[in-house]
Amino acid sequence: MALKLADYKTNVHNDWCPGCGDFGIVNALQMALAEMGVQRDKAVIFSGIGCSGKTSHFINTYGVHTLHGRVLTFAQGAKLANPNLTVVAVGGDGDGLGIGAGHFVAAGRRNVDMTYIIFDNGVYGLTKGQASPTLKLGEKTKSLPTPNTNYNVNPIGLAVASGFTFVARGYSYDVRHLKDLIIKAVNHKGLSFLDVLQPCPTYNDINTRDWYAGVDLAKESMERHSRIYKLEDVKFDPMVHIDEEAEVNEKLAQALIKSLEWGTKIPIGVFYQNEIVSQYRDRLVDKIPNYVENSPSEQNISQNGLPSTDISKILNSLEV
Amino acid sequence: MPIDFSWLIGGPQGSGVESGANVFAKVCAEMGYQVFGKREFYSNIKGEHSYFTVRVSDKKIHSNVNDVTLMVAFDAETIFRHFDEISTNGGIIYDSDLENIASDDVHTLDEYFKERLHKFLESKNKPFTISGVLEIAKENGSSLFPVSFKGLLADLADKTANPKLRGLVRMYNVLGVSLSLGLIKMTPDSLLKSIESIFSKKPLIAEINKQAATFAYDYSINNFHNFPYALKGTTKESNTILAQGHFGTSLGKMVCGCRFQSYYPITPASDESVYLESNEILEVQNDRPGSTLVIQTEDEISAIGMLIGSALTGARSSTSTSGPGFALMTEALGWAGRNEVPLVITLYQRSGPSTGLPTRHGQDDLLFAINAGHGDFPKIVYASGDIEESFYDTGRCFNYADIYQIPVIHMMDKFLSSSVVTCKKFEPKKITINRGKLLTHVDGTYKRFHLTDDGISPRSKLGLDGGIFWNTGDESDEYGHITEDPTVRINMMDKRMSRLDMIVNQVPHDEQIATFGISDYTIISWGSTKGPIIDAIDLLKKEGFEIGFLQIKLIHPFPTDYVKSLLKDVKIIIDVEANHSAQLGKVFKQNVLRDIDYYVVKYTGRGMTSTEIYESLKKILENKANHREVLSHGA
Repeated sequence: MALKLADYKTNVHNDWCPGCGDFGIVNALQMALAEMGVQRDKAVIFSGIGCSGKTSHFINTYGVHTLHGRVLTFAQGAKLANPNLTVVAVGGDGDGLGIGAGHFVAAGRRNVDMTYIIFDNGVYGLTKGQASPTLKLGEKTKSLPTPNTNYNVNPIGLAVASGFTFVARGYSYDVRHLKDLIIKAVNHKGLSFLDVLQPCPTYNDINTRDWYAGVDLAKESMERHSRIYKLEDVKFDPMVHIDEEAEVNEKLAQALIKSLEWGTKIPIGVFYQNEIVSQYRDRLVDKIPNYVENSPSEQNISQNGLPSTDISKILNSLEV
Repeated sequence: MPIDFSWLIGGPQGSGVESGANVFAKVCAEMGYQVFGKREFYSNIKGEHSYFTVRVSDKKIHSNVNDVTLMVAFDAETIFRHFDEISTNGGIIYDSDLENIASDDVHTLDEYFKERLHKFLESKNKPFTISGVLEIAKENGSSLFPVSFKGLLADLADKTANPKLRGLVRMYNVLGVSLSLGLIKMTPDSLLKSIESIFSKKPLIAEINKQAATFAYDYSINNFHNFPYALKGTTKESNTILAQGHFGTSLGKMVCGCRFQSYYPITPASDESVYLESNEILEVQNDRPGSTLVIQTEDEISAIGMLIGSALTGARSSTSTSGPGFALMTEALGWAGRNEVPLVITLYQRSGPSTGLPTRHGQDDLLFAINAGHGDFPKIVYASGDIEESFYDTGRCFNYADIYQIPVIHMMDKFLSSSVVTCKKFEPKKITINRGKLLTHVDGTYKRFHLTDDGISPRSKLGLDGGIFWNTGDESDEYGHITEDPTVRINMMDKRMSRLDMIVNQVPHDEQIATFGISDYTIISWGSTKGPIIDAIDLLKKEGFEIGFLQIKLIHPFPTDYVKSLLKDVKIIIDVEANHSAQLGKVFKQNVLRDIDYYVVKYTGRGMTSTEIYESLKKILENKANHREVLSHGA
């Protein structure tokens, strides 16, 4: 029986603030899972800490709400031990790019086949609005006593530099577009990253829904002027087509340059995609030929309560 | 005459001290002897002083002793640091080219050591040179066996018409071992066999080393005389292996079905992970090959995060770390406790605090392990006392983790990790595998944290049909969804914490405590002090003194009633531990509500010898001991 969107929803009460951008992301994620027909008990949503961390409780698949900054570590461990799972990790920008930045970079180097979605709102919401890693230098959201003294992390740039093989940005109020991006990300063979711009209506009074919609710009020009535009609409080609250094470098460089656009024009869509880089599982198969069929979670370790592993060769070699 | 022979080889780090010692240990083991070897080294790659002591006996031994019977030294520092450890009738084989070297010429001799050395030499009216200290050794009754190592190589080069051998200092270790084996009249066959097996992939190098070994061996036979010790071999015990420190836990993990190990490099724990990866493909009876997936992570936080993720898929999973790494793991440890995730952390302790003495021994982390993590959650802290038992204990730890669905911290240490010992061949069939309430299929509605009568819920795993669950670091309801309800909180806390009593009541007594006799004077201890304690009480027994010993293995939850019952008639309790604050003693007092009469502690970073434990026990028996005896042997 085909699963419906409703099947991917739990009845857990959602306590996000009214108007929170997170709703758009969780809806898009449920829609994407439904559209792909992902088997619920073969999918795991891992989440970090903070408002976005509650996401896993709203989705009716396996859900693992982990620790602040550590979501990628849990998610990779599960995917490595059972490569047949569909794994999506989610978390805030403070979670992934502040406390968890080391894991972000290391995950890029591995290229495990899974998806990581950052709910990017520039603030630490659940602790009452401190500056997060993506807030721009000098900006003062309403809870900050003084303007932000740190330069911002560029999530897209950091992802391409770290080795993520699918790097995209979505906008939480364009749910359909976001749903399509999530499907592309999940279908990508390798580690995919989605930076989702997500207004925090309670603590970020700068990057608001109206700001993204360009309401302030519209006042000047007297016409609708959204800051957000889609890369596919400007024929941006993010794909690495051939396995040549020059091609890879060009696509990396153009992704980085694109990621620096901000202010009046903010691109969303796919910035970079490379399916030529080997996935981590392929690197493991090179060492352990039957790794995928006989993964750690699948292995038979005992017979009638006794170990079935035979180490007699090793033991004999140690005998004196 | 029974054989009890202690051999020491020293040299700068990187000069092959360890491989030399391993050859010596292997040869002795193959000649039927029991071997107990231990390596000491600085936190350094090349140049600092490293030494290896190999004790050899024709009966079972469990420790090192203070006295060295034969030392072989091809550098000056080894002689300066160890000349006073040589027993009467013992010997020193040394490079005669070193004789004129003064202590100030040796830049790796630190000022603290030199100050003590110079004071001592002044009191003996000797020059601060190798000749000076060797004179003292000679006056103490040691025999000196000088030989120019450079000269040996030059003669060998001439003899084999291979000028490249001249100045091949890399071979000094082989020369040292061969000279030693010649001196103790051990047949050279197994020496040559050992060299062949070490260099099995490099036949040319094997050949050169064999030539050098034979040459040095013959030199020793022909030129060194009047050494009273001969080790010509003894009856070999069947089913004996020569085990490196981490073999117990690594092979234990393979056998008990640990299929995922994540780790971050740290001394002295990484050897285990590297060994697991070197043997990642596993033979499985009547099945396709299995494998251990070993993942080197970006830090220890990632190591435990990955390990938890893996454990949630149902794979037996673990990590191996030491104090600083374990410190980073504690937040996630609490998450695992909260979510009832079975996992094993093999904690190879070393000396702290902070970086402490990073390559030295210490049992500093017992209280830390027991209290690791914020908040209240159940865990097991289980300690192994030697390499052989660590094999079987590894199997137990994974069973405890699965049965009680909690994290298990398996305490090991640097003393164990840098030992090499002969022991009975591990018997995999003595390990049982009990996965507890791990489900293979689910019927009906599933609740991961279902409140059952026995306090343990059936456990699903990620990917199991119909077994969907949620985890969270927050308090949760039976499904695993966040709750802050006070009643649910009470139920869930009680459910999790009820495991502690369950463990004490259900784990068999002989797994909780190993009892080596109970007497008016009885020792309590834990971990690697086991070996030297057993040897020390054995020595005292021969003198007519009975001393009991409880090796406490299950330390958290503490088996209070069982300990009380064992100690009820004991008059004097002696706590022996390799840490400053006698951490087991604190746990003991807190639970048993009884005072400890004597403490024997050591925190120099060097493991205890049976000699020093023997001496302090003797003082205790003679009523001459301090309430707290502090040991300090070892360079």
